[in-house]
Amino acid sequence: MNETIRELLTRVGGLPVAVTELEDGADLYAAGLSSFASVQLMLGLEEAFDIEFPDSLLNRKSFASIAAIEQTVSHILKAREAA
Amino acid sequence: MDMQVSFLDRLFDAGLLIETGVDGLYGRSGQFEDVIAAFERLIDKVGGGDGAEAMRFPPGMNRAFFETSGYMKSFPQLAGTVHSFCGNELDHMSLLKCMEVGEEDWTKGQEATDIVLTPAACYPLYPTVARRGSLPAGGGLFDLQSYCFRHEPSRDPARQQLFRMREYVCMGTESHVTDFRQLWMDRGVEMMKSLGLDVTIDIANDPFFGRAGKMLVNNQRDQNLKFELLIPITSVAKPTACMSFNYHQDSFGLKWGLNLEDGSVAHTACVGFGLERIALALFHTHGLDVKEWPGSVRATLWG
Repeated sequence: MNETIRELLTRVGGLPVAVTELEDGADLYAAGLSSFASVQLMLGLEEAFDIEFPDSLLNRKSFASIAAIEQTVSHILKAREAA
Repeated sequence: MDMQVSFLDRLFDAGLLIETGVDGLYGRSGQFEDVIAAFERLIDKVGGGDGAEAMRFPPGMNRAFFETSGYMKSFPQLAGTVHSFCGNELDHMSLLKCMEVGEEDWTKGQEATDIVLTPAACYPLYPTVARRGSLPAGGGLFDLQSYCFRHEPSRDPARQQLFRMREYVCMGTESHVTDFRQLWMDRGVEMMKSLGLDVTIDIANDPFFGRAGKMLVNNQRDQNLKFELLIPITSVAKPTACMSFNYHQDSFGLKWGLNLEDGSVAHTACVGFGLERIALALFHTHGLDVKEWPGSVRATLWG
């Protein structure tokens, strides 16, 4: 999952730094992730993992770092399994 | 809903707004315009000493600038583009035939021009200022007013498709522009109170399009980027935004290449007055006959 997220970030994140240089916990907004890029990232994640973000998770916190994204996606996947 | 329709009908009956057959597209009476002119003088009185540079653009803007602004990413549903007939004589004949028969949509052959209807008074400003080069040491302060277009037909008189927005735009450091925004929030409340209007200020968001827009809404609210000054017009439970106070962070600075003297990217903020909405709030609160308005309100506007 971490790799897929990093690939997406590289493709749509528009970051001025190399994604490979970023720690999992690094603040993506501080690294230059714009609001619009985070939307594209969200749409890319939905496609890649065949999931749909509930409205409650459509916020900055969910996309604040690679680790946060992993946690958010895992949470959605788990909720789906449980359903 | 009934309340909204009846207020609109009362405005028509009083002749303050003039029906055109299209929801949200109205003429204004001399009296209505006089209220707007008086309120703009009040804005000048309050903000005039700040030394803003005034610029007035027509209600159409350069399509290329509109495209760069990213408006279509966020609000495609609200945009209005100007299209014209660009054909030859033969095309003209087909066009007339099409209009006469009325079966087909005659507008299909219209082609996009280089003009897009201005969605907010400040949109033509950013590329204009960017062309000048770096901002001076004290940043920039600009005064704008324009008719703006938003495609959202409605019978709510406070939601018009073509309406005027007066704006002050501030460019500078983060603290400079957020101080400017706070100053106008305080001034806005005082101005409306001096007009006997019942105001509240609340955190707000723009009407971003679609599901992706939901995320932009949450981001905007989480970061306190937009506030609105609300006044009851058609509903007490849902008062209408008559002013907005927006902090764009460095997003417009980055987008348009607006830099400060030291080379850093400028932060920007704007404060907007919805002129028709403020006039409507006055008519709703004090009645449709301005001669009957409280003396203090009349003195503030025309004293």
